Amino acid sequence: MSTTPQHVVVVGASLAGLSTVRALRSQGFAGQVTVIGDELHRPYDRPPLSKEFLASITDQLELSLEADGEDLDVTWRLGERARNLRQRPGGGASIQLRDGQSVVGDRVVIATGAAARCGIAGLGLPGVHLLRTLDDAVSLRRDLHDAAVSGRPVVVVGGGFIGSEVAATARQLGCRVTLVVPDDVALRSALGHYADAVADLHASHDVTVRPHARVREVRAGAAGLEVIIQNGHRIPAATVVLGIGAVPAVGWLADSGLDLGDGAGAIRCDEHGATGLEGVYAVGDCAAWHSPGLGYHHQIEHWTSAKERGAVVAARLLEAERVPTCRPPYVWSDLYGKKLQLAGYRDLADHPPGPEHTLEAGSIGTGSFTAVFRRAGEPVAVLSLDQPRQFAAIRRRLVSAPVTTPAEGAPA
Amino acid sequence: MFAACPRSAIEPGEALRFDGPETAGVPIAIFHTEDGEFLAVDDTCTHQDASLADGWLEGCEVECPLHASRFDLRTGAVDAPPAKRPIRTHEVTVSDDTVFITMSDEVPNLPPGVTPGTVG
Repeated sequence: MSTTPQHVVVVGASLAGLSTVRALRSQGFAGQVTVIGDELHRPYDRPPLSKEFLASITDQLELSLEADGEDLDVTWRLGERARNLRQRPGGGASIQLRDGQSVVGDRVVIATGAAARCGIAGLGLPGVHLLRTLDDAVSLRRDLHDAAVSGRPVVVVGGGFIGSEVAATARQLGCRVTLVVPDDVALRSALGHYADAVADLHASHDVTVRPHARVREVRAGAAGLEVIIQNGHRIPAATVVLGIGAVPAVGWLADSGLDLGDGAGAIRCDEHGATGLEGVYAVGDCAAWHSPGLGYHHQIEHWTSAKERGAVVAARLLEAERVPTCRPPYVWSDLYGKKLQLAGYRDLADHPPGPEHTLEAGSIGTGSFTAVFRRAGEPVAVLSLDQPRQFAAIRRRLVSAPVTTPAEGAPA
Repeated sequence: MFAACPRSAIEPGEALRFDGPETAGVPIAIFHTEDGEFLAVDDTCTHQDASLADGWLEGCEVECPLHASRFDLRTGAVDAPPAKRPIRTHEVTVSDDTVFITMSDEVPNLPPGVTPGTVG
């Protein structure tokens, strides 16, 4: 774009939004910055919401993503939800808010993240929770602490990271916990073969796992809640947590002219976060950046990517000569005091007859291992449980960005 | 002051985690920068139980391998959350091919749930 940016509007007071603002300032942008956030809170860290915060080890103050005394010279519009985006002639956009006001920026960065999926009837019932926001976590924390005291059952629904983390935290608080998962064990789709180690952890901590179960609805019964699964079985519960995935928070952009792809509905961007609208960018869980190496748009819902990519968007927005490169995607989880870590591009690993992966250290049975996924002999991804040192050593050797085309059989 | 390791034990760009009676239950990380400087800090990130010796060394900064907060190895200052408290720095003296450490007498900024002697 030819004009110098004057006013950058960031929609989303999220990690991705804050990282973008921080990078804009550190890269020398001195113009106006406005951040619109639908929650009342300044940007905070979400990963502890299912772990240390839920367990009351970390308090709300510690979740703040801003450093003490940090001043990024931002106009905060908190508690205001964006309703739509209208392209602005000459670049940027006008963001209309729920209350009818508009905020106009000659550059706009969309960082609205994702919302918890909530397609199960019964969500509005007392005792039924989603977990995405700080307010969600405060409310769930209260119920879990009560359930720990009363001994009444907690049912966690979800085969992903959130489900297993909440189950582990609730168990450590002393709750009776049932974890309802769609596959034979929790985290099968994320970890494949290695999910057996997590299954062992749940079993040894007396979490009851209901495998191959899809929840139809949650009902209020005579003696409390009932989680109804598809075969008609009822699981009694005092507290229910639905951890059934997240969807990009892009509903407000339906008629914006942005390319929302198909299915998942994340905003399609180039490899530096620029959308099809001039002066409009997207970063974080709401965006799917094109990956030249993978050859397709790739949505990464990871904390680390949200943090790193803010600097990329900022450089692109400011038309910097050098755009920072990001490391391979990295995600971690904490389960029963053990660290589960995954980095790299497993999709790139050789496929038929199955991804080429080898155990480098430890074993699944001992709950402590490091596994490496390879393509033509080169490590492209690493997964470990309870071996942060071995993990770190291999992670540093992963290719910094994929330069090959996807392996045969990889998802397109 | 105590002798921690021979100079050759740490290649440039690498780090060594040192946990001995001399560090009083708080392991330290000794870095050998690409510029040939030796610097030492507490090994445990001030945010969560992670070993900075496993992190990324760039210049005289190390990035925590867990959540990417960066610490200045000379001052101990942290750049951005999630870590918020500085890391303790220790004086390093290299003499006759041996790396000597003088432990800081400040109180370490260990993360929540971690106390001296319980570092993972």
